[in-house]
Amino acid sequence: MIGEPRVTESSGAGSLPDRLVEFVAALREHGVAVGPGETVDAGQVIEVLGLADRGHLREGLASALLRRSGQRSVFDDLFDLYFPAAIGESHTRAEPTDDIDELRAALAEAVADADDERLRALAAAAVEGLGQFAGYGNLPGGWSAYQTLKALRPESLLAEVLAQMGTGDDGPETLEDRLARGEAERRLARFGEDVRAEARRRTAETRGRGRMARYGVASATDQVDFISAHADQLAEMRRLIYPLSKKLATRLAARRRRARRSQIDLRRTLRRSMSTGGVPVRPAYRTRKPGRPDLVILCDMSGSVARFADFTLLLVQALRDQFSRVRAFAFVETTDEITGMLGAGEADPRGLATRIHTEAKLTRWDGHSDYGHALDVFCDDWPDAVGSRTCVLILGDARTNYGDPNVPAIRTLTTKARRVYWLNPERASAWNTGDSAVEAYSRVVEMHECRNIRQLYDVVSQILPV
Amino acid sequence: MRDTTQSDPTRPGPANFASVADVMGRLADVGYLASTAVATTVFLADRLGKPLLVEGPAGVGKTELSRAVAQATGSELIRLQCYEGIDEARALYEWNHAKQLLRITAARDESWDEARANIFAEEFLLSRPLLNAIRGSDPAVLLIDETDKADVEVEALLLEVLGDFQITVPELGTITAARRPFVVLTSNATRELSEALKRRCLFLHIDFPDPELERRIVGLHVPDIDETLTASLVTVVNALRELELRKAPSVAESVDWARTLLALGAETLSEDVVRATLGVVLKYQSDNRLALNELKLDQLTGGGAVPGAALP
Repeated sequence: MIGEPRVTESSGAGSLPDRLVEFVAALREHGVAVGPGETVDAGQVIEVLGLADRGHLREGLASALLRRSGQRSVFDDLFDLYFPAAIGESHTRAEPTDDIDELRAALAEAVADADDERLRALAAAAVEGLGQFAGYGNLPGGWSAYQTLKALRPESLLAEVLAQMGTGDDGPETLEDRLARGEAERRLARFGEDVRAEARRRTAETRGRGRMARYGVASATDQVDFISAHADQLAEMRRLIYPLSKKLATRLAARRRRARRSQIDLRRTLRRSMSTGGVPVRPAYRTRKPGRPDLVILCDMSGSVARFADFTLLLVQALRDQFSRVRAFAFVETTDEITGMLGAGEADPRGLATRIHTEAKLTRWDGHSDYGHALDVFCDDWPDAVGSRTCVLILGDARTNYGDPNVPAIRTLTTKARRVYWLNPERASAWNTGDSAVEAYSRVVEMHECRNIRQLYDVVSQILPV
Repeated sequence: MRDTTQSDPTRPGPANFASVADVMGRLADVGYLASTAVATTVFLADRLGKPLLVEGPAGVGKTELSRAVAQATGSELIRLQCYEGIDEARALYEWNHAKQLLRITAARDESWDEARANIFAEEFLLSRPLLNAIRGSDPAVLLIDETDKADVEVEALLLEVLGDFQITVPELGTITAARRPFVVLTSNATRELSEALKRRCLFLHIDFPDPELERRIVGLHVPDIDETLTASLVTVVNALRELELRKAPSVAESVDWARTLLALGAETLSEDVVRATLGVVLKYQSDNRLALNELKLDQLTGGGAVPGAALP
């Protein structure tokens, strides 16, 4: 971020205030809550900082417009669209070229030298040379990051980069080699990001900024759907779970404290007032029994739903001390207990779903989820799992593959347990389509939509009892 | 409600900093190496007269920043440490009851009106950090540390102070700041602060510094350490941050590690040294295991023991 070029003041239509308002609107569309007050602040920021240094402007606007840390990646992507470093071709040191070999050689060199500025310049040159595609229909053409990266194949440069960095392949691999490799991989990944940003910027000029802002920029991590997230996003999301659980625990503790304060035990207060001549000097409070509930989680581990279950299990694992006892069960066709795999601090979070699949017996014939049988097995084999103090969480998309939804089993659960909740990772508008049995289930159990981390956090904090 | 700096009588005094580069230079002079983000936000907070809300992982220098700003601008640092159960009496002001009682007993034949006027005078007011910061005529930096630890009610109390830079004491009237202090709030984000409070502040998320900056920071705090050793140390720490750890190592841990290596007399960061001293940077057993596994340090390669290799 050192020495970023000047922001071009009058690119395209619209004055600076218009641009700022458009930018704020785009942020809002991506779920960053920005009020008019913040926009005014941002205006003051621009006034004080001026447009001379783009790096300063970026940080200044971020400080005025953002209110939590998870929103930074969205902000950066949109900032590059609305306050681009250049119009048209980047005026950089790298000559635009479509000679792939030449570009690859330059890229390997830049990665080996850790020259960030040169990397950005090369990204611009590569997009210019390799990424252009023609328009179709009434949609103008643009620049494709995918096309650029596919032609350039930066990931295949790793060996060459390592050779240039001087980490030889003679002898056993040392710590230094491994670190160098990690470093090179990170830089190549960053180059990919640079290419994507450059392609977005160029395409935005032909197709309009608003359109690119809507479709070309990924949402903040806590608003990415569990079902459609890709590997990088999943890793990001796993990082969010632990701080999130800490927040939840603080909130629960505060709620408990407040609840404890309130109720006065009238009988004991009157009794006590006898010693002070009938004047209740010291009120007696009702002592609450520690209300930590038992928690039973029953999760569908089939296909894409498994990821959602994975996250919920991680969150519950982190929140273990909020419950007196946690038991977890997984099912696909049949049900098995997986409580043992949730040991505190034991698990490598990435492997949880895989371990559940290999170590628990979940399938019988074809591996498609069978709610009817699985619920029967749960009720028959672990009749003592659910009692009057138990809170049951069912995780699943309620897609029965047109089989028997076994609603009576759920009804039995609701009569036995203190509360039963169903968390569904599908968007609510897709419920009741195809083989979804949401309607049948939601007649007997409360169903919540739970598509992303934010919703999971909200739902869990809502349903956890004091 | 949102007062602009132009029309406000209590607008910040002459600005402390001339430019972003000036912030960077003067903070560096007092031993705080600021990134562009930090320097820009400090500059804006100074110019716009707004409080600065700093969030970020533990050990990246949130509290240190306010100390550096105070030192660079020659201001007094007033610190309010928040904790669960902190209240008005600890944050704002308190009447000195004992002294008031003494005053009443000392002058028994005083009339009620006289007594009332006397015992609610400045003399009996115990000033706490927030009031101190508002009343002082010298430049001050007010640090409200770990705001997220305080209860929600305290935030409401901060709203008046940070919004209008004034405090109302019912018996005395409203005290308005003669000179706005430079306010820094820090938070570890263990709970979400209220929107109303956040809206009044400029938000700064301090993240781990980039390798370049981190090398300079380590060099500044541990001047005797070899430069190549610092470079490889920072590389390892950055590799560790990429892993999915419960607690990623922060700058403070890098500095600690550098001190440890210096004390051990290690000259290069060999596998054995890393294995022996990893406990300095990773505070959880599970993190330690994961890191050893990922960096492929778990299989013993033999090699000579490091002096003091029996560290945690």
